[in-house]
Amino acid sequence: MAWTRKDLLAMRDLEPGEILTLVDTAASLEEIASRDIKKVPALRGKTIVNLFYEPSTRTRTSFEIAGKWLSADVINFTASASSTTKGETFVDTAKNIEAMSPDVVVVRHSASGAAELLARELDCSIVNAGDGAHEHPTQALLDLLTIREKKRHFEGLQVAIVGDITHSRVARSNIHAMRKLGVTVTVAGPPTLIPPFIGELGVKVAYRLEEAIRDVDVIMMLRLQHERMAAGLIPSVREYSRYWGLSLDKLQKHARPDVLIMHPGPVNRGVELSPEVADSHYSVILDQVSKGVAVRMAVLFLLAGSRSSEGQVRA
Amino acid sequence: MTTMRVVKDLMLGLGARGGTLVVKNGHVIDPASAVDAAHDVLIVDGVVRDIGPRLAAPEQATVVDATGKIVCPGFIDIHVHLREPGFEYKETIATGTRAAAAGGFTAVCCMANTHPVNDNRSITDYILARAKTEGVVRVYPIGAVTRNLKGEELSELAELAEAGCVGYSDDGKPVMNAGLYRRAMEYTLPFGAPIISHAEDAHLSTGGAMNEGVVSTELGIAGAPAAAEDIMVARDIVLAELTGAHVHLAHLSTAGSVRLVRDAKARGLRVTAEAAPHHLLLTEDAVRTWDPNAKMNPPLRTKRDTEALLEGLADGTIDCVATDHAPHALSEKEGEFDRAAFGIVGLETAVAVLLDRLVRPGRLPLKTLVARLTADPARLLNLPLGSLVPGRPGDVTILDLHRELTIDPARFHSRSRNTPFGGWTVTGGPWMTIVNGHVISSEGGFAPLRTKGATPPSELPRPNLPPGQGSAGKAGARTESM
Repeated sequence: MAWTRKDLLAMRDLEPGEILTLVDTAASLEEIASRDIKKVPALRGKTIVNLFYEPSTRTRTSFEIAGKWLSADVINFTASASSTTKGETFVDTAKNIEAMSPDVVVVRHSASGAAELLARELDCSIVNAGDGAHEHPTQALLDLLTIREKKRHFEGLQVAIVGDITHSRVARSNIHAMRKLGVTVTVAGPPTLIPPFIGELGVKVAYRLEEAIRDVDVIMMLRLQHERMAAGLIPSVREYSRYWGLSLDKLQKHARPDVLIMHPGPVNRGVELSPEVADSHYSVILDQVSKGVAVRMAVLFLLAGSRSSEGQVRA
Repeated sequence: MTTMRVVKDLMLGLGARGGTLVVKNGHVIDPASAVDAAHDVLIVDGVVRDIGPRLAAPEQATVVDATGKIVCPGFIDIHVHLREPGFEYKETIATGTRAAAAGGFTAVCCMANTHPVNDNRSITDYILARAKTEGVVRVYPIGAVTRNLKGEELSELAELAEAGCVGYSDDGKPVMNAGLYRRAMEYTLPFGAPIISHAEDAHLSTGGAMNEGVVSTELGIAGAPAAAEDIMVARDIVLAELTGAHVHLAHLSTAGSVRLVRDAKARGLRVTAEAAPHHLLLTEDAVRTWDPNAKMNPPLRTKRDTEALLEGLADGTIDCVATDHAPHALSEKEGEFDRAAFGIVGLETAVAVLLDRLVRPGRLPLKTLVARLTADPARLLNLPLGSLVPGRPGDVTILDLHRELTIDPARFHSRSRNTPFGGWTVTGGPWMTIVNGHVISSEGGFAPLRTKGATPPSELPRPNLPPGQGSAGKAGARTESM
């Protein structure tokens, strides 16, 4: 399916065909990572600005590497060190950046809807690299690419997403994307971390880890933010870890032997994942990270690559 | 033709010296006196002198030809934020009262969350002084229940009433301390001014930028559950029962609140309520566009809630419509949704959107809507307004039910533009606003700022306060009508 969108904002907006186009394009770009000279000229002369309003190492680095391997000029703009401390609004900052003619702005912001807001205000392409608790589409895409490589298909798969669903943009993007591709999704966690209307998104809900992970093909563990305890959502990290942390013992006792363990990172070792699980053969956490670069190359290429140069990327 | 010229002269301030005005050939709806007939209205020296079929216009009288129009008592909005003093960049008494007049309102009650807060007589005096020199409709201040809206100590409530406050509210914030709120209700019993509740349990709503529901779950925006309102409505009803006070519940937004208020009224408690046009007409789905103009507190809820509110408005559970007109500068209402300010302007859109979306499709009788904008709000706050019977102030709102217009925020008289109704095409709206016998606004047109003729006379009618202290004691209070 041809890609015609100006922006990548939310998995909820996409057709299944568009999702597969992104995944397929990413798959075709994966081999660049294994080349001696990791550079193709697809986005030569294009400018990509990483506009990050939240601290992020892996996502920002991943976008930066993706842009550079495609020969684009990549500029990192970290908001805390810049004009926001001088009182400039988010939209003003973005408009100032746009005045310097970038082709793509990659935005990460703690406010839900921030990427949509920029897409409305700016003419250049916008990539949502995570907006509040709303969406994180490139994370869902790299998760899909990882799953497809291991499981070969999507239709009929069962996935459990475990942890703080309420505050997770990763969960929302994956729920929308997976539902569109015929995957059955169960969300699980203490009820205080599961939004009350999540069932309306077409997922099942489980309140016990053992029940959630039984018979699923993929277990996606989410990071627990320590501030959830201060907010009164869980009594203690210790208790959370005891009931919702995935240990090797629970895994082997309740899950299928071919289950995949995923995590969007960074992992709280010993909280949501025991170290043995994180480093086990079940874990595909590092595959996710390397596929992240391929996915971001695909996104940048589809948004900023000129339509006529589609063949060049393999050159 | 003659009429139009006369009106234009008035808007230029030339007709203000003459004291006689006749509204002819219109259809009068005055719910307070049960008039629903082709009547003329004669106003002499700012007071309704006569009402009846084919009144003779005295010599020199200004004649307004209201053929084909609906003539009502001046509309009253008991819940607006005029922002002065302190936030004049959002709104002033001058611009806010012009917005009111353009929207068909002849009287407004302004909330206390100014800067400084209207929690003492000097601020009330200031607001009334500004209203006298700058305002073009009647302005009745609401005093703060607690000092600086902090919810910790009572304001000087008696002196606020004496200075002219017609109600008490910490609107914008709930008073979380039930013990303190109880004392406020008891202390103000003799003053004939109700406690107006912003019903929100702050512990339940914390961080919520919209309704907690399907849409907040999808968008990843923190939600405030309907229960945050319902619980406080329930608490305030219980306190009204304990104290015998008149508690008025501002901006109801949930089906649960409507149910609680209906039950309280059935039990004879002195509980009244209002609803805002946006809560009657819009749902949480409006937030899907991420437009900060869909953000207000309480938030837009669900279709089930809007239906319950309409039912409550129709059957009288909800006593009146009030806009919660909350102007904010553009910079506060653009950008990230969860960082934008709460609230929207409403004075210039309320009548038009309610006529178009509720009255025109037959969901609410016109007579009921007029009652909820005139006699009912006047009764709640003991204002000597809301009727066209002889002897009442000459405030008139004339509606044109056939006028089509597209709502254009750029043309608002308010200093702010934060509305979710921009671009709506509506049929029906205010046609003319008359205050104290003077035409203040006509077809959205306006007297220029500071035009003398557009300024209503300085002596505003005072509220009908009940006779002296002690007459509204706890025992007797419950049987009083409101």
